[in-house]
Amino acid sequence: MIHAELVHETIDPADVLARVGAAEDGAVLLFLGTVRNHADGESVDGITYEAYERMASPVLAEIANEAAVRLGTDRVAVVHRVGELAIGDVSVAIAVSSPHRGQAYDASRYVIEEIKKRLPVWKREHYGDGRSEWVEGVSPGREGAASTAGEGAR
Amino acid sequence: MSVQALFFASYRDLLGTSKLDVELPDGATVADLVRELRGRGAPFTSLPKEPAIAVNRTYALHDETLRSGDEVAFIPPVAGG
Repeated sequence: MIHAELVHETIDPADVLARVGAAEDGAVLLFLGTVRNHADGESVDGITYEAYERMASPVLAEIANEAAVRLGTDRVAVVHRVGELAIGDVSVAIAVSSPHRGQAYDASRYVIEEIKKRLPVWKREHYGDGRSEWVEGVSPGREGAASTAGEGAR
Repeated sequence: MSVQALFFASYRDLLGTSKLDVELPDGATVADLVRELRGRGAPFTSLPKEPAIAVNRTYALHDETLRSGDEVAFIPPVAGG
């Protein structure tokens, strides 16, 4: 079953992984996005993730549904965390499974790339010297509008 | 008519507010709303001329017509993942 969720608590990768897999699947893939301790040569102590939650939840579900079409199965699970995250914390977990590996790699990659393009989530990096800044992101702009209006055309 | 503008992350910090009720003439578009806000002077002039916008939680183009009660979110460049 397709699963997409925005959470405030710690993500347990095993829980996300347990949502996929079936007797007919020969490929099960888990991707974890984690908070790293550096950015552009600066040391990072942590990241605050903020979301427009009432929009991010349906957009995440939409991305998961699109990935399922590519995958050819409904075994897609994606969980994104918001709030204060420390180094090493999992910010996003994506699990997919399919009969063969090609579709699994493709669908997993699709989910993370689409998250970066259009999920209304922002992150503020906290640096070792006490400063913090919003990370320069990607404008969802017209591509976001076009994809919401006519995904089938792409 | 009145719409509710929402500001997140860097835009919220820039403006010092996360939401604002804005009066617009009937038939106003997303572009009209952006113009109205930027016309208020600082700090609104710091908003981009063509920010990404979501109307009622769906990405919208700037020629989209607004209706009374619409929730219009100004979406800074996104950085999820």
